[in-house]
Amino acid sequence: MLKKNLLAAASMALGMTLSSAAFAETQITWWHAMGGALGEAVNEIATDFNASQNEFKITPVFKGTYEETLTAGIAAFRAGEQPNVMQVFDAGAATVIGAKGATVPVQDLLASNGIDFNIEDYIPGVRYFYADADGKMIGMPFNSSTPIMYYNVEAFEKAGVTPPKTWEEFASVTAPALKEAGYIPMAQSHLPWIFTENFFSRHNLPFATNDNGYGDGETKILVNTPEIKAMFTALKDWKDQGFFEWYGTGWNDNQKPFEEGKIGMWFGSSGSFGGLQQTAAMPFSATLLPYWEAVTTEPTQTFIGGAALFAMSGKSDEENKATAEFFRFLASPEVQVKWHKDTGYVPITNAAYELATAQGYYQEKPAAEVGVLQLLLPAGDNTKGYRMGFYVQIRDVMNREYGRILTGETTVDEAFATIEKEANELLERFNKTQG
Amino acid sequence: MKRAGFNQLGLPVMLLLPQLIIIAVFFYWPAVFAIYSSFYLQDPFGFGSTFVALENYTGLLSSAEYRKVAVFTVVFSLLVTFLSLSIALLLAVKADKVIRGARTYRTLLMWVYAVAPPVAGFMGVMMFNQGTGPITEFLALFGWEFKLGVNFNDTALAMVVVAAWNQIPVNFIFFLSGLQSIPQSVKEAAMIDNRSGVRRFWDVTFPLLAPTAFFLLVINITYSLFDTFGTVDTLVKGEPGNNPMTLVYKVYVDGFRGNDLGGSSAQSVILMVLVLLLTVFQFRLIDRRIHYT
Repeated sequence: MLKKNLLAAASMALGMTLSSAAFAETQITWWHAMGGALGEAVNEIATDFNASQNEFKITPVFKGTYEETLTAGIAAFRAGEQPNVMQVFDAGAATVIGAKGATVPVQDLLASNGIDFNIEDYIPGVRYFYADADGKMIGMPFNSSTPIMYYNVEAFEKAGVTPPKTWEEFASVTAPALKEAGYIPMAQSHLPWIFTENFFSRHNLPFATNDNGYGDGETKILVNTPEIKAMFTALKDWKDQGFFEWYGTGWNDNQKPFEEGKIGMWFGSSGSFGGLQQTAAMPFSATLLPYWEAVTTEPTQTFIGGAALFAMSGKSDEENKATAEFFRFLASPEVQVKWHKDTGYVPITNAAYELATAQGYYQEKPAAEVGVLQLLLPAGDNTKGYRMGFYVQIRDVMNREYGRILTGETTVDEAFATIEKEANELLERFNKTQG
Repeated sequence: MKRAGFNQLGLPVMLLLPQLIIIAVFFYWPAVFAIYSSFYLQDPFGFGSTFVALENYTGLLSSAEYRKVAVFTVVFSLLVTFLSLSIALLLAVKADKVIRGARTYRTLLMWVYAVAPPVAGFMGVMMFNQGTGPITEFLALFGWEFKLGVNFNDTALAMVVVAAWNQIPVNFIFFLSGLQSIPQSVKEAAMIDNRSGVRRFWDVTFPLLAPTAFFLLVINITYSLFDTFGTVDTLVKGEPGNNPMTLVYKVYVDGFRGNDLGGSSAQSVILMVLVLLLTVFQFRLIDRRIHYT
């Protein structure tokens, strides 16, 4: 019996290899960092692409966290074993785009394979984040998100307030009412991303010299400035007054109390929407990030977070064609809308956004639209993105100093002086790696 | 005595070769490569690089942050070594006296050895979890608001406890076998000389255990410097932020997370030198004062 089964399995395996060889399809690989439910959505995209035609076959491989995926891709590239498509996150963009020759710019890849490309097809907030100094798109935006504010509907009803539009409103009206109603008014999951990078985009303030780092040459961070220092002085005061709670650097440690219904409002990613729908114990909704009226009366759009897909260089023309076809498939409105609904990441093209609207998705789930709406807000000189090398380490420095501010180990002035000093040292070092 | 030896050079070299190749490929080559990289700042993908001479080293030595991590590593290693050695010794002395069910006791005490450091760290995360961990709840009874991952000292304490706990069984096994190898006649002779168990322990048993203790000291220092990586990684959840970390973990954070190959190579060269000095110190200085019988 066992022998028979083995024989059957062997002949089946043989049959499969034979049949796939018969088609002579071009095989490409895709390294990504999407675990759990997101990983399943990635696998579905790959399966759908493979089923949609029979010339190309893509195989997605999960490589761990964003950092681990980038490191694995670098090691593989140095050994000549790089995948065709690699997912690189926002903070790693400078590393991969800086290494000219490591990737084939997506715009060139599509053009050389006869696929129409118009950067205006992409929604404004997404267009230039992964582009070079001339505005040429290098990485294909994939899972794009932006920080938004989620709020506990019950808590706001009980407190008798509405979600704050400005931080001034939060401090004087919202927070005291939520605290009175027995909630911790506010929590957040990523201080460098939400309260630093997107503080600069929301208020249209420069985050770095040299066109936010997009230009050639030396870049200096502009983090030791009065506006951002006022933000963190306020955060520390709010923490002391019981208006804000901080549960450490880990994302989930901060999200969990919100899911349990203890927190009034929580700042997370527009991509958190899919997960929250399953985990939140209470009704919740979302709205735009608040801004400081004292800083600006015309708040702007925010940066995208998440990651992009890069076509690695050193591949044959056939494989590059397969990659280009896969990118075309990925950017199609149907695939984008499905990905948007499955995960909560924003659709990257105008056509996809229109399709989701036409399907009535946002009437059903208004919170799902918030991320897109925020990315469609008026742009400013400083909102297309930022490009800084060794940015992962710069974020680590920020996390370290912010933790020290909030635990009272350092002052806001000292912390931002340290961040400025260490970040500029890192930028200078990164500049030398490009030499 | 007649010395056994080989007549020709060929055979011994051939017999040694597999081991030598392994050492060369997995130790010397990476070490040389690390020293080489530490003089450069290079693009992770391997496109650009700049020779910076000793800049990676001077940068580290003048960095206040690197010094903080180094100080923490020393304090952490001393605490872990001291706690795991002393608690293991206490347990071994007590277990040595147990006669009924001795094997069960010993097996139970050795069990923890099977727990891998990352798993130990994960158990630490659960035990010390903010708000819901059993130890956190216990400490809250005394009004201590323990916050893992938020408060530097709290996280440091959890690291020391988990790392020491994980290492106690190894020390226990060695101490116990050391105790059992002390001849019964010596113990009986000591019993006639002095009734005080404490005095007998410090005057007779402990000196006889010294070779074991010295060996364990070396093992424990190496353990707390290097093998606690998994524990640290799990307890800080991969993102240290304002939490403590050890020098080895910083090599990983800067090199693997941050893709700073030159800087992290310089850090690992510093660690290599540290280990070299430690080894020389241990075998030159301490070895002379300890008598192996």
